[in-house]
Amino acid sequence: MSKQINVALIGNPNTGKTSVFNALTGLNQKVGNYPGITVEKKEGICKLPRGVRAHIIDLPGTYSLNASSLDENVVIELLLNKNDKDFPDVAVVVSDVENLKRNLLLFTQIKDLEIPVILVINMADRMRKKGIVLDIAHLEQELNTKIAVVSTRKREGITELKELIAEYRDLSTQPCLNASEIDVEYFEKLRATFPNQLLYKLWLVITQDVNFGKTDRNEIDAIHSFKTKSKTDLKRLQQKETIKRYQFINNTLKIGQTVDLASATDLRIKLDRILTHKVWGYLIFAVILLTIFQAIYDWSSVPMDFIDGAFASLSEWLKTVMPPGVFTNLIAEGIIPGLGGIVIFIPQIAFLFLFIAVLEESGYMSRVVFLMDRIMRRFGLSGKSVVPLISGTACAIPAIMATRNIESWKERLITILVTPFTTCSARLPVYLIIISLVIPEGRILGLSYQALTLMLLYLIGFGAALGSAYLLNKIMKLKSKTFFVVEMPNYKVPLFKNVAITVIEKTKAFVFGAGKIILAISIVLWFLASYGPGDDFNKAEDIVTSQNASESLSSEDLQQQIASYKLEHSYIGIAGHAIEPAIRPLGYDWKIGIAIVSSFAAREVFVGTLATIYSVGSDEEETIKARMAGEVNPILGGPLFNFASGISLLLFYAFAMQCMSTLAIVKKETNTWKWPMLQLFIMSAFAYVVALLAYQLLI
Amino acid sequence: MQITLAQLKRGQHGIIADVSSIHIPLKLLEMGCLPGNLVELVQVAPFADPMYLNINGTHLAIRKETALHILIDLPDV
Repeated sequence: MSKQINVALIGNPNTGKTSVFNALTGLNQKVGNYPGITVEKKEGICKLPRGVRAHIIDLPGTYSLNASSLDENVVIELLLNKNDKDFPDVAVVVSDVENLKRNLLLFTQIKDLEIPVILVINMADRMRKKGIVLDIAHLEQELNTKIAVVSTRKREGITELKELIAEYRDLSTQPCLNASEIDVEYFEKLRATFPNQLLYKLWLVITQDVNFGKTDRNEIDAIHSFKTKSKTDLKRLQQKETIKRYQFINNTLKIGQTVDLASATDLRIKLDRILTHKVWGYLIFAVILLTIFQAIYDWSSVPMDFIDGAFASLSEWLKTVMPPGVFTNLIAEGIIPGLGGIVIFIPQIAFLFLFIAVLEESGYMSRVVFLMDRIMRRFGLSGKSVVPLISGTACAIPAIMATRNIESWKERLITILVTPFTTCSARLPVYLIIISLVIPEGRILGLSYQALTLMLLYLIGFGAALGSAYLLNKIMKLKSKTFFVVEMPNYKVPLFKNVAITVIEKTKAFVFGAGKIILAISIVLWFLASYGPGDDFNKAEDIVTSQNASESLSSEDLQQQIASYKLEHSYIGIAGHAIEPAIRPLGYDWKIGIAIVSSFAAREVFVGTLATIYSVGSDEEETIKARMAGEVNPILGGPLFNFASGISLLLFYAFAMQCMSTLAIVKKETNTWKWPMLQLFIMSAFAYVVALLAYQLLI
Repeated sequence: MQITLAQLKRGQHGIIADVSSIHIPLKLLEMGCLPGNLVELVQVAPFADPMYLNINGTHLAIRKETALHILIDLPDV
C-alpha cells in the first residue's frame, strides 16, 4: 500500500536548501502562496524506497526559530501547529559544511520541539578544499539524529537521504540539550502551569508574536497572560539561550569536526578583494548591468521576430480554414493577436530572470548590497533595497516581497513605495515596440541607439525611484529602529538545474498570470470593437458607400473605409473618443487612449490591445509593428507614432502606476490601502504631466 | 586593549568582549556575534561603512552604527 508522509525542508539561507529540494523533487514541484499572505510556498513530491511517497515543503530560509519576518513566521507557525495539514512527519534540516556551527543553532531548536529530525550536511564536495574532516558517528550520537552527507553539485548522498526519510520512524525525538537551564525557576513555574504543553513551544509563544491559527487560539491566550517578565528580561534570556546553545554546539564540534586551515585555499578572499573594492567593485557592477541590458536586447530579437511573424500567420491561416463567422473572428482577431502580444516577450523575460537568478545563486548579490548600502542610505533606503530594485526589473510583485528582509520599517516602506518605478518586464513590450517605431537604427561605439534608449529608460526608472525615495525620506516622519545585518555567502558557480528551474517557473508564472488577464481583456475588447449602438455602426456600409458615391474607390479601399468607420462608431470607439480630449495634448489618438486605459489592469496589455484594435480594423496579414507604423495621425497627418508622441508614451509608461497586481501586493505588505492609492494617483499624475511636457516640447 | 568594533582596521582581528543586548538585534547574536568569538574586519565600503566581518567563520556585513555597540579585546602586540 502506498502512503504519503510530510517532509519539511528547513535551513539557514545560503545552505543550498533549494538545491536539495530540487534534487529530491526535480520538476515535480509547484510554487504557490501560503493562504492569506504572499510568502512563496514551494512544495513537491518525491518517491522514496518501498513505495513511500513524500510530500516535501521547502520552507523559507531562517537563521533561528525566533522569527523576525513574515517569511520566518511561516516556519515557526507550521512547526508549532500539529493540526496543520502540512505538519511534518519528519523535518530535514539542511546545513552547509562550511558553516556547520551556525547552522546547528536552528537544528538544536527544532530538536527541542521533539519532531523527528534528519540533519543534511550539504556541499560536502568542498570539505577537502577547506580541510574539513567530520566524525559523523560522533555527531550523530551527540546530536541525537541521523546525518546525510550530501553534495547536490556532485549528486551524491541523495539516495541515502531518501532512505533516511523513508525510515523516519527510527529517529529519536529527544532534544540534544536542555535549554531550560538558563532560568530554572522560571521554566519550572511554566511547566507547572501548563503540564501538558511542550516547554520549548511555550517559550517560543511567549517570546514572539506569532499567529498560530485558530485551532489553539484559546490555549495560546492563556499563555499570553503568563508574560511575567519584561521585554528586556525576555531578550536577555533569549541571549542566554543562544549562548547556551552555542556552548553545546562548540563542545560537540570540538570532537566531531577538525578543520585544517593550512590546507584551506580561499578563492573568496581573492574575489572579494576585487568585487568589493572601493573602485573596481562599483565599476564591475556597472559593467555587469550594462551587459545585461545589451544582452536582453540583442539576444532576444531573433526569437521575438519569429514569434511575431508566426502569430500573424496563424491568425491568417485560421481565417482561411475555419468557417467564416463571429466565432472565427473572435479567435483570429481577438484572442490570437492578444496572446501574441504576450508570448512575444517570453525570450526577454526569460533572459532577465536568467541573469537575476545567476547573480543571486553565485553570491554576488550580497556584495552589491554591501557596496550600495551607504549610497542607498542617503536616499532613505538600505543596501538591501538594491535587490528589490534590481529584481523589480523583472516584476514588481516578487520585488516588493523581497523587501521583507529589510529590518527597518521605514527603509522597507520607502523601498516598497518606489520599487514600481523600476522598469519591470511588463513595460518592456511597450518600450520595445515604441522604440523600434520611433528611434532610428544605427550604432555608436558598438551599442545600438535603440539599446541605448532602452538603457536610458531603465536609468530613468531607477532615477525616479531614488528621487522619490529621497523626497519620501525627507517628508515621512517615521521613527523606526534601523539595523542591518547581511550574510556574505561564499561564491559558488550557479547550479544549472537551480537556475533553469527558476527561469522556467518564473517565466511560466508571468505568462500564465498575465496571459489570463490579457485573454480576458482581448475578448472584451474584441466585442466592444465589433459591436456598436445605433445606425452609425449598424448601417456603416450604407453610410460609407453613399459618402463615397462620387469618388470611384476600389472595393478594397471601400472595405477599409467601412471597417475603420465601424471601429470608430463601435462601443470602444465611443469610449475612446470620450477620453480623447484628455490625451490629445500628449499626442495620442483614441486608440492609444483605449490601450492606456486597459493598461491599468497590467501594462503589457498595451501591445495586445493595440494589436486587437488594429486587427479588427484590417484584413491583411500584418505584424503588430507594421500595423502601428502604418497608423496616421488623424489631425496632423504623418505617422501617429512619431518621435514626439513616441517619447511622450515612453515617459508615460516609465512613470505611471499601471498594475492592479502590484497595488494589491502593496496593500497586503503594508496592510492599508493608503499607500497603494498614494502610488496610483501620484505616479500617474506625474506621468501625465511629464508626458504632456515632453510632447509639447518635442512637437 | 579594549575598543569598539567600529574602530577596528581592515585586516585586524580581536575577541568580542561584550555586546550591548539592547542595541544589538537577536539575529546578529544568532549568527555568532557573541562574547568570546573571534572577529576579523575583512573589508570596508567607502567611509568605512558598512563593515564586512568574519565572526568565527561566519561572513557578514553590519553598519558602523551597530559596530559601535560591540566591544572587542585586541590581542597584545
